Amino acid sequence: MSFDITQYLLAAQSPDAKVRKDAEAILCKFREENLPQYLLSLSVELSNDGKPIESRRLAGIVLKNDLGAKDSSTKEQPVQLWVQIDISFRAQIKNSLLSTLGSTFREASHTAAQVVAEVASIEIPRKEWPELVGSLLANMTRQDGSPSLRQATLETLGYVCEVISDENLVQDEVNAILTAVVQGMNTTEPNPEVRLAATKALYNALEFARTNFNNEMERNYIMKVICDAALAKEAEIRQTAFECLVSIASTYYEVLEPYMQRIFELTSNAVKGDEEAIALQAVEFWSSICDEEMELQDYEVPEIGDSSVEHSRFIEKALQTLVPLLLETLLKQDEDQDQEDGTWNLAMAGGTCLGLVAKTVGDAVVTLVMPFVEANISKPDWRSREAATYAFGSILEGPSIEKLSPMVNAGLDFLLNSMNDENSHVKDTTAWTLGRIFELLHSPATGFSVITPANLQKILAVLLASLKDAPHVSEKVCGAIYFLAQGYEDAGPSSSMLTPFLPNILSSLIATAERTDGSDSKLRSSAYETLNEVVRCSNLLETSEIIVKLLPAIMTKLEQTLHLQIVSSDDREHQGDLQASLCGVLQVIIQKLSSAEETKPIIMQAADQIMVLFLSVFACRSTTVHEEAMLAIGALAYATGPRFEVYMKEFYKYLEMGLQNFEEHQVCAISVGVVGDICRALDDKILPFCDGIMTHLLKDLSSSELHRSVKPPIFSCFGDIALAIGEHFEKYINFALPMMQSASEVCAQMDYNDEEMIDYGNQLRRSIFEAYSGILQGFKNAKAELMLPHAPHLLQFIELVAQDEQRDTNVTKAAVAVQGDLADALGSNVKMLFKDTKFCSNMLSECLETDDEQLISTATWAKEMIRRAFSDSS
Amino acid sequence: MAPPDPRRPFKRPAFSDQQKRRDISLQRQAQNRRDAQHQARCLALTTMSLQNDSAATPDPQYEHSDPDFEIEPEAAVKDRDFDVREAASLRGREARRWFAKQLMLPEWMIDVPDRLNSDWYVCARPAGKRCFVVSSNGVTVSRLRNGGLLHRFPSALPNGARSNNSNRSGQSYCILDCIFHEADQTYYVIDMVCWAGMSMFRTLVVYNCDQEGLKAAYTGPVSYLKDGLLFYNKHAHYESGNTPLVLVWKDENCSQYVLDTDSKGHIPDQQQVVLELLDDGRLATLDDPPVIFGCLDSDFIQKTGSQTGELLRFSINEGALYFKDGQLERADLNYLGKPNRARAFADSYSKVMFQYAARHSPLRIEHLLASIESSNHQETSTDADMLG
Repeated sequence: MSFDITQYLLAAQSPDAKVRKDAEAILCKFREENLPQYLLSLSVELSNDGKPIESRRLAGIVLKNDLGAKDSSTKEQPVQLWVQIDISFRAQIKNSLLSTLGSTFREASHTAAQVVAEVASIEIPRKEWPELVGSLLANMTRQDGSPSLRQATLETLGYVCEVISDENLVQDEVNAILTAVVQGMNTTEPNPEVRLAATKALYNALEFARTNFNNEMERNYIMKVICDAALAKEAEIRQTAFECLVSIASTYYEVLEPYMQRIFELTSNAVKGDEEAIALQAVEFWSSICDEEMELQDYEVPEIGDSSVEHSRFIEKALQTLVPLLLETLLKQDEDQDQEDGTWNLAMAGGTCLGLVAKTVGDAVVTLVMPFVEANISKPDWRSREAATYAFGSILEGPSIEKLSPMVNAGLDFLLNSMNDENSHVKDTTAWTLGRIFELLHSPATGFSVITPANLQKILAVLLASLKDAPHVSEKVCGAIYFLAQGYEDAGPSSSMLTPFLPNILSSLIATAERTDGSDSKLRSSAYETLNEVVRCSNLLETSEIIVKLLPAIMTKLEQTLHLQIVSSDDREHQGDLQASLCGVLQVIIQKLSSAEETKPIIMQAADQIMVLFLSVFACRSTTVHEEAMLAIGALAYATGPRFEVYMKEFYKYLEMGLQNFEEHQVCAISVGVVGDICRALDDKILPFCDGIMTHLLKDLSSSELHRSVKPPIFSCFGDIALAIGEHFEKYINFALPMMQSASEVCAQMDYNDEEMIDYGNQLRRSIFEAYSGILQGFKNAKAELMLPHAPHLLQFIELVAQDEQRDTNVTKAAVAVQGDLADALGSNVKMLFKDTKFCSNMLSECLETDDEQLISTATWAKEMIRRAFSDSS
Repeated sequence: MAPPDPRRPFKRPAFSDQQKRRDISLQRQAQNRRDAQHQARCLALTTMSLQNDSAATPDPQYEHSDPDFEIEPEAAVKDRDFDVREAASLRGREARRWFAKQLMLPEWMIDVPDRLNSDWYVCARPAGKRCFVVSSNGVTVSRLRNGGLLHRFPSALPNGARSNNSNRSGQSYCILDCIFHEADQTYYVIDMVCWAGMSMFRTLVVYNCDQEGLKAAYTGPVSYLKDGLLFYNKHAHYESGNTPLVLVWKDENCSQYVLDTDSKGHIPDQQQVVLELLDDGRLATLDDPPVIFGCLDSDFIQKTGSQTGELLRFSINEGALYFKDGQLERADLNYLGKPNRARAFADSYSKVMFQYAARHSPLRIEHLLASIESSNHQETSTDADMLG
């Protein structure tokens, strides 16, 4: 078949929309009618140096799109697509791709390298491309092989190693690949392009090379080649070599010891004198070592002689020279670093690494850093003052309170004065440091704080004044106030200290939120979020009158957002952000005031108005519901209790919208939570809405589109509904129970080696038990026998959960409670069911042996329920 | 160049208040869910402590059927503070047991107490069903002496109806000791356990137990059918169970029910008593410590299929209570059978004695008046002596 794909590939890039559309349609039709021919034509186009660059470029993109997966969850698609193609077509396509590697058009060979790796990831595990490695290696030794062929071949080897496991190849092949790559990296390689490609290939192949890394001889050689490359003349090679070292720091920490002296020299020289991009990688190496060592310390079990990774204490050993090296970097600030998000420079990387070092070694860092702080903090040059302050702020986490508190106490006044520094970078860093101090060294609840009745007034005076500083400084000050307030949470009588200052703090924060000179909404949302924390942590009995006054003020602000003029989508976004912040504040106030009987009536009185506002906020949008408003409504339903019924008629449609919001799964999850709140507020008054709610919840559960994290809350919600409406849940049994049962089966097949899945599995199992519990308790007085046929499945599920020794305590608690519920609801009917359930009694006994009080009382209760069911003679 | 890793924030306070708000909401919802489930379970939970102290011996049938679930002593439930608010929603046998134990049970007056006129109040007891009225969780329930449910209704008592003060989760509640007077469907409050101030309940008129007071209570007109007199010691607080600080007395003039009737409403020829069978075969009254009326041999126990803790009904042969030094020594009893299942407790010693006296030599109103008269006299004479 002769089909000139070139013209269509060109036409598909035409500026003329019609031409473009027609071409796309033809290409599409071609693909549908003859996929193998279509893919072959594309690969031939890509390989043909005689074709226009533009058509080859598009051919490459289309190939990548067809054969590459966007992420692992969609990998099945290209696999299915590829394997259905006839073997002979596949062979032709692969040959075109391999021949493209020799193209002088770099873009074509680069794309071919990627597509080869995609095909390799499908075929190599299936043993369908055994000759690939051989032909790639042959490219490297061909007499007539051009540097560009070797470059593209090395690139291909790197990509292939990245996507396949070394277990898919025989060890000889693995060794041969590594040899080819390392040879390409060697100083003897005359072509820098080839050497760079080889270094990048090694970076991609590091995980693949595990066997070789475990062999000392080979490892020595690989490390030598990397270290040599780190001194290459070409900056790009040096940078890639350092990237390799960073990756090795976390992948092969345990074998690094012999190379550390050399690496320290390399990184040290790079930090001191190399280009910034390379210096950044050198610092990153040490940050990665810190990460590894902190993780080892977290899991360190002394005296067990654990055979896993040994802690080499590299940071401790390098400390004397590493810390001064990092302190030097702090002086290399950018002029505009505090204004721009996303910048990353050597000073930032160095300070971050210093913070990690402090967390890794603790007290030892302090004496090395303090002389630098003292020497620089008063210098006329702003860089010195900022660096000194940043160094001080960086080491506040890690060392002991005993070590830090004398210095912090001595330095606090100095820092407060620095908030009047002439340089805004110094003020920014000082405010950040104050925030760190309050976060880490201000804990009245445990009896320690650098804040005293004597200095609180000055601290607040400085902070509130600095809220008026430049937006980036003001934002850091918000952070400091946030942590200052947080210290007083649950701090008992000492929380009274803040009370006299509260009106001032609140009005200053509101004024900050109202500022219009910030470049974006960040300062405003920081101010409101800080306000939230201040309200949350205040002593309610003393401050209720102040908070009561805040309520109408915030309501007025929310009301004003309804009348904002909306012309552009930016306007709409601005309105939404503002409403989010204000609904957040209202939520916090509602929760705070409804937490005590004395202040709850205030919320009850304002409930009508608040609800009108929330409904208006919902009405501002047509297709989605406002997440923050939904969250606040949950708090309101909890506060108002049965009275919430009057709002249901109007609110229900928004609740439905929330429950149907698959795309923004957070919104859906919050709406599900609100259903639970309403159930508890209304009890059986929720009945008229249950058909609708249950329909949506069941749809959500069946949806493959909805993020899975919403599914456990839905099962818990079944329990909430059943508990609220009792026997009326009967009509949903035939829908809800099959869902619960199939979810239990999903739990049975889950891969509990994947950490993320463990977490999800725990949530799901617990929520299924909660659903059963709610239904059993709801039916207890009237319809308990309806659950009798479902009890065996539940017991099977309990047995399955019982077998998992890794299960979370909360899962155990729910599993134990549901046993009690079963006995409580079904009474003597459970005698037969519990007959061969040794796992139940084992689980209960196991719980009674823990020291978790909740678990013990739940288990004791369940045991008593079962005992009683057995002793009930009826 | 962008930071390599989001875990390494640069000078950013690490807080997301939105996430915090979500988390706090989730925590609150989880807590509320736990509370709601706990409330549903607490019916069972609260009765557990009752079981543990009332049925210390494990059920033999249970022991055989599933030894795995036997409660080990160390795991046995620790004493729980029983929350009376939860009791309002108790159901079934446990509810009955619990309520039965909570009522203050007056002793029967078999002797006139000293200082009747100075230390006691008197009132006319309405005829009707003695009950507990508990309002909580938006509902009011009344329960009989045996714990059986009498009525379930909304009331103006604190938290006694769903609508009032709109706060169902509120902590307020109220417990009254009442007599339900059938004829006018009224609860007469004879004591308040907690709170007061209600409109639909009538309180009784209480007199000081002097000559006038006693006469007023005895003969004065009341809107209800009288059933004897109640005497309250002025120093008594409400306590559950039998108490000698509240006494009941009656005669034919102030009560239609002086002598106990049997289940058919007839007064039996011979006085009947209900006693509890102890594990050693002895027959005991309700009192603490119990008074022993006799002993059954094991053959008899086997023959009648009686079990420890069971209540048994006996008749007392004519003139067959033998006393020594004012203490009961022996009683001639005839086994009649088992009492009505609704019966929760054995008779108290004072009740048996009052009934016994009522058949033989009753304590008459004249005795009471005379006691007041004589103590008046004594007091005046003591005063006079001192003056002299």
